[in-house]
Amino acid sequence: MSSVGKPLPHESAGLHVTGKARYVDDLVPTLAGTLHAYPVLAPHPHARVLAIDAVACRALPGVVTVLTAADVSGENDTGPARHDEPLFPSEVAFASQPVAWVLAETEEQARLGAAEVRVGYEPLPAVLSIEQAIAENNFLTEEERICRGDPQRALASARFRTAGELFIGGQEHFYLETQAALAFVDETGSVFVHSSTQHPSETQEIVARVLGLPKNEVVVQCLRMGGAFGGKEVQANAWAAVAALGAVKTRRPVRVRLSRQHDMLTTGKRHPFLGRFEVGFGADGLLEAVRIELYSDGGYSLDLSSPVLMRALFHVDNCYYLPNIEVRGRPCRTNTTSHTAFRGFGGPQGMLVIEEILDRVARKLELSPHVVRERNFYRPGQTAHYGQVVKDAERIARIWTELRASSDFDARWEAVQRFNAEHPETKRGLAITPVKFGISFTTAFFNQAGALVLVYKDGTVQVNHGGTEMGQGLHTKILAIAADALGLPASAVRVMATRTDKVPNTSATAASSGSDLNGAAVRAACDEIRGRLAEIAARRFLTEPEAVRFEDGRVFRPGFPEHSASFGEIAAEGYLARLPLFATGYYRTPNIHFDRASGTGKPFHYYAYGAAVSEVEVDGFTGQYRLLRTDILHDVGDSLSPLVDRGQVEGGFIQGVGWLTTEELVWSDGVLKTNGASTYKLPTLGECPPVFRVELLTRAREPDVIHGSKAVGEPPFMLAFSVREALRAAVAAFGSGGIVELASPATPEAVFWAIEKTRARTACTTSRTNAAE
Amino acid sequence: MSVRFLLNGERVHVGDVDPHTTLLGWLRERGLTGSKEGCAEGECGACAVALLRRGPDGTPRYDAVNSCLVPLPSLDGQNVWTVEGVAEPDGSLHPVQAALVERGGSQCGYCTPGFVVSLFCEYYRPGRVEPDPESISGNLCRCTGYRPILDVLKAIPAAAPEDPRRPERRLPVVASDTESRLEHVAGARRFLLPERLEAVFEALERFPEATLIAGGTDLMVYVNQRAARYPVLVSLQGVTELRRCEAAPHELVLGAGLPLSELEAELAERCRGELGLLEQLLPLFSSRLIRNRATLGGNLGTASPIGDSPPALLALDAELTLVSRGGARRVPLIEFFTGYRESLLRAGELIVSVHVPRPAPRFQRFYKVSKRVLDDISTVAAAFGLDLDAAGRVERLRIAFGGVAATPVRALAAESAARGLPWDRATVEGLLDAVSAAATPITDHRGSAEYRRAMVRRLFQKFFADTALAAEAAE
Repeated sequence: MSSVGKPLPHESAGLHVTGKARYVDDLVPTLAGTLHAYPVLAPHPHARVLAIDAVACRALPGVVTVLTAADVSGENDTGPARHDEPLFPSEVAFASQPVAWVLAETEEQARLGAAEVRVGYEPLPAVLSIEQAIAENNFLTEEERICRGDPQRALASARFRTAGELFIGGQEHFYLETQAALAFVDETGSVFVHSSTQHPSETQEIVARVLGLPKNEVVVQCLRMGGAFGGKEVQANAWAAVAALGAVKTRRPVRVRLSRQHDMLTTGKRHPFLGRFEVGFGADGLLEAVRIELYSDGGYSLDLSSPVLMRALFHVDNCYYLPNIEVRGRPCRTNTTSHTAFRGFGGPQGMLVIEEILDRVARKLELSPHVVRERNFYRPGQTAHYGQVVKDAERIARIWTELRASSDFDARWEAVQRFNAEHPETKRGLAITPVKFGISFTTAFFNQAGALVLVYKDGTVQVNHGGTEMGQGLHTKILAIAADALGLPASAVRVMATRTDKVPNTSATAASSGSDLNGAAVRAACDEIRGRLAEIAARRFLTEPEAVRFEDGRVFRPGFPEHSASFGEIAAEGYLARLPLFATGYYRTPNIHFDRASGTGKPFHYYAYGAAVSEVEVDGFTGQYRLLRTDILHDVGDSLSPLVDRGQVEGGFIQGVGWLTTEELVWSDGVLKTNGASTYKLPTLGECPPVFRVELLTRAREPDVIHGSKAVGEPPFMLAFSVREALRAAVAAFGSGGIVELASPATPEAVFWAIEKTRARTACTTSRTNAAE
Repeated sequence: MSVRFLLNGERVHVGDVDPHTTLLGWLRERGLTGSKEGCAEGECGACAVALLRRGPDGTPRYDAVNSCLVPLPSLDGQNVWTVEGVAEPDGSLHPVQAALVERGGSQCGYCTPGFVVSLFCEYYRPGRVEPDPESISGNLCRCTGYRPILDVLKAIPAAAPEDPRRPERRLPVVASDTESRLEHVAGARRFLLPERLEAVFEALERFPEATLIAGGTDLMVYVNQRAARYPVLVSLQGVTELRRCEAAPHELVLGAGLPLSELEAELAERCRGELGLLEQLLPLFSSRLIRNRATLGGNLGTASPIGDSPPALLALDAELTLVSRGGARRVPLIEFFTGYRESLLRAGELIVSVHVPRPAPRFQRFYKVSKRVLDDISTVAAAFGLDLDAAGRVERLRIAFGGVAATPVRALAAESAARGLPWDRATVEGLLDAVSAAATPITDHRGSAEYRRAMVRRLFQKFFADTALAAEAAE
């Protein structure tokens, strides 16, 4: 029996539930003499560092040393692309930026030490908002632009036009495990770092850069992460560098683990965006011309702001054909944490803008929003604004139709209208929204992966690959792929911790691509070993290698019961025959390209699709609301692991709901005020809809991907648009028509003000009408 | 003197440990790293552990608490179970663990030990008929979206009679040296765990600089988040005089030191339905993990403007008994709050009990406006009490708010203006300006001043709408 496609539990689930699953910081008690690091944080969003005086700190009991720029033997920088992130800055670029680190015997002593480090600052003027950055022409890159058709002329000739803007709030990752690294100098004298990182190879690169070492002197391991969501794609590197620097300086293990508050104050978040738009449309609601400007808040350094912005530009179409479109975008430089990757990677922000536009179009025309959405869908054969054919576009309508039926949308639409007519102070809203999400790193060279598979003489297997496990179930899928390829039970296969000394130069586990890329690489390595073993078995069974089967730990020739051996016997025989029982595997995504100058190409290998229906109830007195029910139909191709995939769909959806509703980031003078779990509100059980129906699309095989599957990590996040649009529908029900302006996130306060505005306009319209009579 | 307790069935003596050391920090340093730190302020539940203790009726049970908010010395004499103690010694999984594995209840796994402990406690909850979603309301998960975990909860089977982990089989609770009354000293710092009020006063006399700690769900947040350190902490958790509840004919007496979970049980037992304000408040007050430690005395004593019990108790005309060595005095709650985080409490004085006069108002409503429904801090909290005469005129109206001024407030002018007026829309609209005059809100990260000002008016209107419905239903 193959493990692929079976609802196997997460491969570490048994360790999770018993508390035996180890994360970086759990390893501290296993390393004697570990020092604890504590940062000295700058109070200003922008300031020159004049002097650092650590004399009083060094005199305190337990303090071993204070790390400053003077300790850096390599380059004092951790910026992944552009070298613009000094580890020890001479100029502070955001409030709470670490300027020095204290190492001490205990965390308490390190904290007390940090409080005694005197730092002189000369405050400088700070840029604290997107608007200010635009006004001061303060950007991280040049403008990006994608254009199709003649939007200017189409706009002029359209029967209807509307324009507006939408500010889209950011989002804290709030992985449950905060950033952590544990470094030591190993028995060979080289540096070993346990890091909670999505990208061990880059962490290795940055550690080596800071230490001034060649990469082969640094090994980085990631056993597992307690959540990451993009927040550890590049932003795990600095902490690993601090730990490694401390370990080299003191020759003792050094632990860096951020408190929740420090993590929230110092690490980047989902980019806040400002979208400005101008559209022209017909009486049928078809979009004829679209012009969109996107400004992201990139924070103080470049980080991943360029590709995040590009993905936003690529995704402003969502599922809609836009014949004449110009979309331009630019990341702003501000004095805040450097905003970074987060599930969806700019896609959600781009897509939210087009959903905002479509709702406004519908309300202007007094059409139902779902009707206008449906009319604008891509049809088979049409291309996206960057020129790529929208593969499987028929799935958009198919999913839409199937979900409308299975969620009983039409009858519930009527029921909601009735409910609202009867309840002046409580309104319900129902909405359906679609998702199309492009799969592949838009930076083409990242779309490669490697694997190293080791078979031992007893027939057990170790699988190494470049992907990291952050809870998304990658190792579970890899396990199934390897066990399937070698015809072994899952129990005979171990997926090893991700280490840079097993597979080199790996890509980040990101862009939902972990199983597509690494799964294919693992499969290639397993196929090679299997081919060699098939020859051994064929010789023994007096047949051709093609006739040998591998199943359930047996190697056999069908129809010849005596021609059967255990996988271990054949492996041992292969060893004696002097065949390598290990192999590397490699995969690169075929045929993807994009030309930035012309704004055209085929940046994506394929698209993932889905749709969601959500129903909410809103209290007109307070703006508070409840999510009553959500129905989802989502396309994961042929699922590699239905239990894992369903978990990704549900978890992504709820995380998206958090972004759009309760998760509000509030800064004051550049300092994040919502810097803990008591002030920043992620969804709890109470936000999970009591009726929550999730189905995976059937007949959905993706031919060019491992086992016909599709990537699943990010696309479901945007199913949460259905909740925002349902809230908007409920707000609209308090009035009598017209555009509903709703801030994002739609906190209860934001919903309340939207209701007040809707009511005020209705009152105003009514009085005008009365006056006219 | 060392702290002695049972940990996963084994006796533990802890000698030299700073009193601010949390149970979580201590466990992890010892290598018991199953319990995780997700927030260090009692919001996420990744650090949950079970305390095996007797409920108000004497039945033994497991109570889940946030180990990040438990100072280690306060465990003296307790029976503690961590996630490492949930599976059987031979490694076979507990039914809640097996169900989480099978249903995909863990993804990254970091929050999972906390959920396991909360589900474990729920599994053995005495008298459980229906699963209680509140049992996992204090656990945050960032990966799953909760659905599979909720499914585990819904399908939780009854504990088998022969299950060796049943709470009554894991008694006796540690034979604590009740005579010795723990006084834990580490360097210049002390932690005292008196069991009688008299001993509290003695301690406060010996150490005038001492700070009182009840459930620790506020104070320990200061310890963890703002590095507050106290020379002397006097714990009230074991003081029997603070735990008494009584239903006298003219008033209900609520022990100021009773964990809120036990208070809920007491209310259900002694006067179900009578104090609707508290019954509505408690599920919104905080998660079960917090309510297993937090107390009314603590919530009132900190005199925070955003505490949730003050408005509810203000609307019930509550009074407090404050006791010091010099004697007791009784003060109306409305006089208790004197400024931002300031109260009438004098040095050496503490809140012993809360008194709610009977009869309580017939209509009672508690509203909490916050970003999230569960496990959140109020942007605005409102509490209303109302009695009408036979003709439908207002006999008694109580209007109280939290989060709209430097202290919890009552809208006294509106209350007295309402007397004798018919309870109808015109009256309510006419009172709105007087109601909102009670509010002087500020803008902060929870909400704007404008929103808070609007809420004061709108919640009063909502109360009217709800009472009108209730009155209709009664007819």
